[in-house]
Amino acid sequence: MAKFVGAVVVDKETCKGCGVCVDACPESVLALHRDVNGKGYHYSYMKDAGACIGCINCGVVCPDTCITVYRAKAS
Amino acid sequence: MEIQEIIKPENLVYQKTPLLNDDVMHYCPGCSHGVVHKLLAELIEEMDLQEKTIGVAPVGCSVFAYNYIDIDWQEAAHGRAPAVATGIARINPDNFVFTYQGDGDLASIGTAEIMHACNRGENILVIFINNGIYGMTGGQMAPTTLEGMVTSTTPNGRNVDLNGYPMKITNLIAQLPGTSYVTRQSVHTAAAVRKCKRSIKKAIQNVLDKKGTSFVEVVSTCNSGWKMTPVDSNKWMEENMIPYYPLGDMKDTIKGEHSDR
Ligand SMILES: Cc1ncc(C[n+]2csc(CCOP(=O)(O)OP(=O)(O)O)c2C)c(N)n1
Ligand code: SF4
Ligand code: SF4
Ligand code: SF4
Ligand SMILES: [Mg+2]
Repeated sequence: MAKFVGAVVVDKETCKGCGVCVDACPESVLALHRDVNGKGYHYSYMKDAGACIGCINCGVVCPDTCITVYRAKAS
Repeated sequence: MEIQEIIKPENLVYQKTPLLNDDVMHYCPGCSHGVVHKLLAELIEEMDLQEKTIGVAPVGCSVFAYNYIDIDWQEAAHGRAPAVATGIARINPDNFVFTYQGDGDLASIGTAEIMHACNRGENILVIFINNGIYGMTGGQMAPTTLEGMVTSTTPNGRNVDLNGYPMKITNLIAQLPGTSYVTRQSVHTAAAVRKCKRSIKKAIQNVLDKKGTSFVEVVSTCNSGWKMTPVDSNKWMEENMIPYYPLGDMKDTIKGEHSDR
């Protein structure tokens, strides 16, 4: 089992749906939602939340800094 | 563990630096400019330079850079940022002064300014965003456009007989004795972003230590100009741009100490 568990919060309204966070996630946690935000973008969300390890890769690559990452020791 | 148990202040590991304000950047989705802005903002904050930093914004897509990072800025005419930065750095030697320039701005219209500022060894940092195209004006050929690359002014691909060769201006700049640290980085993967951040940090430190001009090229994407998705642009860049513009440090010395590496 992973030593760390993570979770991300995507600022849905500032996300531009570029998808680079989806591509950068090593655990395939993220996906672009079928719904759109106020600007018409398919925003990023945790499709497989349980798989997140809190590695921050998604946050690091996001050009619009929409992602906040949390990480805790797995209990 | 439930998500609510993870999302707690004590578990926070990554968030937006306060130096980036809440204005939504005007860049196209997935544009490299946003990532580089973020790295600069993070470093200025981490190195506690907010009160000392003066940025010089270019003409190009990053013309509005001053809207997003809460530091002092000056806008320059197209290509003239190194000349403007020269004036600012000379009268404010204890400030940290940097220019932020695209490839059209730096390697075409402002070739004279950048060459002479680097040759004089002005104590500034130059951030050079090489996306191989004139992004802002609609995707025209830039000096850096690859051979065969289709742009709005080279619809059949760049023809070197007609248009000349893609210019590796950073290699030329590394030859100038005024430059201290010259490197080429990228921001297309998380690992590349981390490495780029380390390079910019070193470049900033060199300026603070008054070692001469530090120059960081960031091989970048312009997905709108390239007419690809952001993710495909990153892959295209890795396969086509990086072989021609290889990443890594070209020079690491102090002003006046010539190195031919
Ligand atoms: C003196 C002058 N000439 C031409 C222009 C038109 N112009 C504006 S941006 C630009 C090119 C910008 O390309 P680049 O520096 O590569 O920036 P990018 O948008 O790709 O980031 C040009 C030619 C101008 N604004 N001023
Ligand atoms: S923190 Fe890492 S594992 Fe979690 S969503 Fe982001 S990239 Fe994926
Ligand atoms: S990288 Fe940022 S802007 Fe792009 S889809 Fe992910 S969260 Fe949205
Ligand atoms: S046109 Fe190109 S460089 Fe300009 S914001 Fe869009 S993707 Fe970025
Ligand atoms: Mg450009």
